[in-house]
Amino acid sequence: MGQALLEVDDLHTHFHLKKKTVRAVNGVSFAVRRGEIVGIAGESGAGKSVACLSILRLVPSPGRIERGRILFGGANLLTKSEREMRELRGQTVSMVFEDPLNSLDPAFTVGALIGEALILHKGLSRRNARTKAGELLRLVGIPDPERRLDNYPHELSGGMQQRVMIAIALSCDPALLIADNPTTALDVTIQIQILDLVKHLRDRLGMGVLWITHDLGVVAKLCDRVVIMYAGEVMEQGDVYSVLKRPRHPYTRRLIDALPKLGRPEQRLMPIEGRPPDPANLPVGCPFAPRCQKARAECEAAEVPLIETGDGRAVRCLFPED
Amino acid sequence: MSVVNVPLKDGTAAAPRTALDSAAEARMFRRPSEWRIFWEAFSRDRLALAAALLIVLVCLAAALAPVLSPYDPTVGNNDLRLAPIGTPGHLLGLDGQGRDILSRLLWGGQVSLVIALLPVTVASVISVVLGLVAGFFGGKVDMIIMRTLDVFFAFPAVLLAVAIAGVLGPGMLNVMLSITIVLIPYISRVAYMATVTVKSELFVDQARVSGARPRQILLHHILPNTLSPVIVYGSTLVGIMIVLGAGLSFLGLGITPPRPDWGIMCSDGRNFLSVAPHVSAVPGIVLILVAMSFNIVGDGLRDALDPKLRR
Repeated sequence: MGQALLEVDDLHTHFHLKKKTVRAVNGVSFAVRRGEIVGIAGESGAGKSVACLSILRLVPSPGRIERGRILFGGANLLTKSEREMRELRGQTVSMVFEDPLNSLDPAFTVGALIGEALILHKGLSRRNARTKAGELLRLVGIPDPERRLDNYPHELSGGMQQRVMIAIALSCDPALLIADNPTTALDVTIQIQILDLVKHLRDRLGMGVLWITHDLGVVAKLCDRVVIMYAGEVMEQGDVYSVLKRPRHPYTRRLIDALPKLGRPEQRLMPIEGRPPDPANLPVGCPFAPRCQKARAECEAAEVPLIETGDGRAVRCLFPED
Repeated sequence: MSVVNVPLKDGTAAAPRTALDSAAEARMFRRPSEWRIFWEAFSRDRLALAAALLIVLVCLAAALAPVLSPYDPTVGNNDLRLAPIGTPGHLLGLDGQGRDILSRLLWGGQVSLVIALLPVTVASVISVVLGLVAGFFGGKVDMIIMRTLDVFFAFPAVLLAVAIAGVLGPGMLNVMLSITIVLIPYISRVAYMATVTVKSELFVDQARVSGARPRQILLHHILPNTLSPVIVYGSTLVGIMIVLGAGLSFLGLGITPPRPDWGIMCSDGRNFLSVAPHVSAVPGIVLILVAMSFNIVGDGLRDALDPKLRR
């Protein structure tokens, strides 16, 4: 357990639309330590991506960070100037998106795309950037990297494209890598390869990783710790093994129950009934209460606090399991 | 974390550069044989290649008119008025005032080609700036620029060109000016649409996430991706503008006689259509061929400029 690299504290990010305010992120707190892979898991619309874009201060308009602190290496990112943020982006904190093909500019070759950040942030010359781009491609496991430098993004397979994205993200030796669902567009075998690669790179480079996903399987395979988000709030967090083995929040429990189990084909899957609440009109109490089988009157009466349980875990539930 | 750090070849750290240096550097950082790749893709399209060759030949011939043309294009030989194609010494015959059609075609080509190419080029540059600015910054800037251009769309293009040329009076410069003004709304819209489309692409977010400055995103990622539709559209417009320029000359709004221009030549011949059709037909056919060639080249460019369609 190293020191905290990134600390997100009581983050609120809201989108102010004409008639309503969408509260996408509502008091989210979590931390990433050096060399640690933290997964953020939850349904679509749980605020995972917005939370991560908030870290880079790139929330699309009309979104705004309302409240909270984002400490990175001890400094609050929310008080930095735009210029300081640009220095940080891509260099100290880098991000990989979900859709690799559309994230790569079709007009440039792979070598030029990787070189861009190196030239921008490290002031390398064209030639040196190219050499380093080749090294990076080798690092992310692309065979024959020298030749691939001259390929255009669409000439590569999906897995290769995602490797290129990771190479770009790693180009300036970031301290923190944020990955937004980077394996959803890939098939399962390639997905495993990418996960192994990220783990391997984490071990080698010692960076912190924040991995957004809606796949608990990925969390189990990759992450050290997991943050379960729902309706813009953290429902539960802790180390992956104990959270998945002994979930305390009913929502986590239901998520796990909704997964197919290997070796038990006869068991029916348990979908979670209902839909997530409208983020423009969140309930007063626990946002999961309307769908929760264990909900009681107290759950909907007042906001439920996130309670730390001492063993590195925290749960936002009045009636946690065990 | 030093594992990724490849030692530079000379063993020293790169000297810090100014932002401008590195931006320029970044723009140059492409496959060295970029032109060759483009050329290989383009030359695979035989028709486009032939059209491009024709354009080059016509341009060369027009440029070399002072050397190539056998006669003075403005002085006629009264004895040979309306003499047909193949008249000895006059390959393409003579017009109603006994002027050598080949010579007039060569000299007229200078005017017609310049009238089409220059306005399209100037209008494209202006339009790319307008479209990029409007599309990228959006909001009020977008409103002001695009709504102003919309006003121009209210008038039919040819009518607008005629009106502007009419107000400015005849003359080559005025014709080019009116064509440029007419073209700007059209090309701007293409540049604007491309910018808006490209702006919402994920790779622009990716650049932002990589810490790129807005100016850099605009010049490095959005501009190259809007350029090819504009180049393609522009090259098809050249053909139309040759015809429009000819049309303006035909109406007497173009260059002033006795200087030749393909449009004027077509116009001059219309009185003799039944007696000597070649007087109008020869410049007309050349006009059509060149205009069509520009269209074909435009199509070829579109295929060759898009990396996704290349192989």
